[in-house]
Amino acid sequence: MPQLALHGVVKTYGQTRALEGAGLELRGGEIHALMGENGAGKSTLIRILAGLEMPDAGQITFDGAPVGLTSPAAAEGLGLRFLHQELQIVPALSVAENMHLAHPYPTFGLGIVRWDALRAASLAALTRLGVTHIDPKTRMADLGPGDQMLTRIAATMIDTQGPRPWAYVLDEPTAALTGAEAERLFAALNTLRAAGHAILYVSHRMDEVLRLSDRVTVLRDGRHVSTLMRDQVSRDQIIQDMTGRDFATLYPPASGEGRGAPLLEVRGLQAGILRNVDFTLKAGEVLGIAGLSGSGRNHLLRALMGAVPRRGQVLVKGQDTGRSPAAAWAAGMAYVPRERRAEGLMLHQPLADTVALPHIPALSTAGFVRRSWITRLVARLAQAVRLKAQSQAQVAAELSGGNQQKVLFARALAGPPVVLLLDEPTRGVDVGAKFDIYATIRGLTAQGVGVVMVSSDLPELIGLSDRIGILQGGRLTQILPAEGLTEGALLALCYEKEVA
Amino acid sequence: MVRFLRHYGTLMGMVAIVLVFWALLPDTFMTARNWLNITQQVSMLTVVAVAMTVVMVVGDFDLSVGSMASLSGIVAAVLFTLGWPVPVAVGAALAVGLAGGLINGVLVSVIGILPFVATLATLTMYSGAAFILSGGKTIFGRDIPQSFADFAKSGLPLGSLGDKPVILPWLTVLALAITGVVFVVLELSTYGRRLYAIGGNAEAARLAGVRVTWLRLTAYGFTGVGAAVAGLMYASRVASANPTQGEGLMLNAIAAVFLGMTVTRHGQPRVVASVLGVLVLGIMDNGLTQLQVDSYVREVLVGLIILLAVSISALGRRATGRR
Repeated sequence: MPQLALHGVVKTYGQTRALEGAGLELRGGEIHALMGENGAGKSTLIRILAGLEMPDAGQITFDGAPVGLTSPAAAEGLGLRFLHQELQIVPALSVAENMHLAHPYPTFGLGIVRWDALRAASLAALTRLGVTHIDPKTRMADLGPGDQMLTRIAATMIDTQGPRPWAYVLDEPTAALTGAEAERLFAALNTLRAAGHAILYVSHRMDEVLRLSDRVTVLRDGRHVSTLMRDQVSRDQIIQDMTGRDFATLYPPASGEGRGAPLLEVRGLQAGILRNVDFTLKAGEVLGIAGLSGSGRNHLLRALMGAVPRRGQVLVKGQDTGRSPAAAWAAGMAYVPRERRAEGLMLHQPLADTVALPHIPALSTAGFVRRSWITRLVARLAQAVRLKAQSQAQVAAELSGGNQQKVLFARALAGPPVVLLLDEPTRGVDVGAKFDIYATIRGLTAQGVGVVMVSSDLPELIGLSDRIGILQGGRLTQILPAEGLTEGALLALCYEKEVA
Repeated sequence: MVRFLRHYGTLMGMVAIVLVFWALLPDTFMTARNWLNITQQVSMLTVVAVAMTVVMVVGDFDLSVGSMASLSGIVAAVLFTLGWPVPVAVGAALAVGLAGGLINGVLVSVIGILPFVATLATLTMYSGAAFILSGGKTIFGRDIPQSFADFAKSGLPLGSLGDKPVILPWLTVLALAITGVVFVVLELSTYGRRLYAIGGNAEAARLAGVRVTWLRLTAYGFTGVGAAVAGLMYASRVASANPTQGEGLMLNAIAAVFLGMTVTRHGQPRVVASVLGVLVLGIMDNGLTQLQVDSYVREVLVGLIILLAVSISALGRRATGRR
């Protein structure tokens, strides 16, 4: 089996050392997971593999012979293929055309496209990957993100004269996928592995890594910490290697049951797929919401915020919260949205402005913003959430995923809120930042804040929630105590058929 | 180096332009009188560019400012011919500007038409309205009250140079005042900070409790009033009004804001930067006119300057955008 090895890779950007002795070995027929906290150097190592950056030092060998990854073309020549989180697709074109973006279209000559041959070639490539449920005629925009990714992988398997693909590098491939989509991706990856391809798999999701990988390499602070084989690897070992700390447990102990009068009352909520959702939240309580994709899970918090049209009552401390996000913030609700880049951050503006935005009325006098108040508030909040940024003027685009998420938490903390709504609060966030975020949530509940948290990360949901509500087809079918629940039991509840 | 050019390229270019004109026109260019003249020449464009900055902060733009300027001049002039007092006619023209701006705002923000399409349509409508009201003719002469025309000819006495008094033209004073007001609104007020938030990410701003629809609409109101003010300034300056005199303001205003955006830290539209963009255009125009460069050649040169500045900025962003 061919083998690509990187050893002792060093890369410096100005003052910062991104890599100091990083390395890994890719072997055909293996899935190799690359793990590390944000800033550990994973992205830089991948950029070097892709030929986008030149290392300052280190050896790169292919089957023992030194090679240079001096350009993207060189990387492609070695058979390396890269699938990025944000897929390059043309939504308006068909699957078959998207698969041929980098390949010549079959033609009758004179550039007249043979559509039947185009579709046949696409279908053949999809079949080779074991994907049978995608019709090449479908518009790309009509596919879910999981199928789009499968399409992109299949596109590399179209027969052409160019260098044949040998290894695939996937960066957080499941970040935007539902459970079922992820399963299909895993099946495709297993097909690739069986065919002798090497796969480098970068993910924060421990369960996937443990399930898929033959080998796990952990980076920390730009250094290679460990490479473990499948039979040696464990969750605790990976976390310890990634953080250099020993986590007794990832989830801080619960602060106790909800108490006092209800903070949030939801009566007969209808919005989109949601039907007659009722629940009550008390002070200091975390209500987790579990549900499959399509259960209304993605809709619930937006409906509570008034960001989508809704019917029914949403009361905070007995007062109606109005029908707009502006009214919801004013009523004491704070929201950390699911898509932090699309829905939360002003990526190219100073982070202090993003933090202050919902609280501007309280941070101004007579219509004029009080800069000094904002500075003081943001300084206090940044410390509370352990935000790592150069300054308050730094733009969010320059921060890591974990720190971007902390900016949104800082924003939600000002006030402080009466009710905090969290949509996938730790998605794409490294373990260290996750722990900070969990600690922040616990700190808030200790002060009597009520939290509603939607998450597809079941261990997190069980670890943090006091009670868990199950959403099925837009209905909140039951609410049960989180204590003693297992992942399997929770998943079974989500899949349970509705009782007639 | 690239980063440096990106932030200071436009400024250095401006200094270079000034130095070249100074060298080529040693007697006339670097004089107080010429600079006062430049400020007056660019005063209308300044007002339009500053007003345009407001909608561009939100991430939109307004193509109808030029025809709105023409329309407001015509409205005032027609009312003058009907014998309306100057303040009332001016107020009516400003009201037309506000209404026209709010119409743009409703089309873009409430109905959801792309700004390019919506304001292109209103551009032709406002222009057509100006022709209808004026009957396609220039309104001038006795129809324009003396007090209205005198406004552009007088100013704030600054002292005297030799035997001639030096005055700061009222048009310049007005442009400065409007710039100051818009600066305060955009940079210091809660309203302005929310506009910047919308420009940064409209959906995120909405979820953070910003009333995006309403604020976007009002931003167009600002721009409409700004265009109307510029139209009145123009009418006063030439003591006449014709339905095409605002032409050219729109393209130059957008160019000025873009030039300004090449200077700001994160490439955002900022009021002071827009004024800088206006000055680059105004100085070019003034110097080249004095050098008796053909006006068609002048247009090519101005276009080239804009492309150069924006190219350097784009290349700089690409070079520094990588992590």
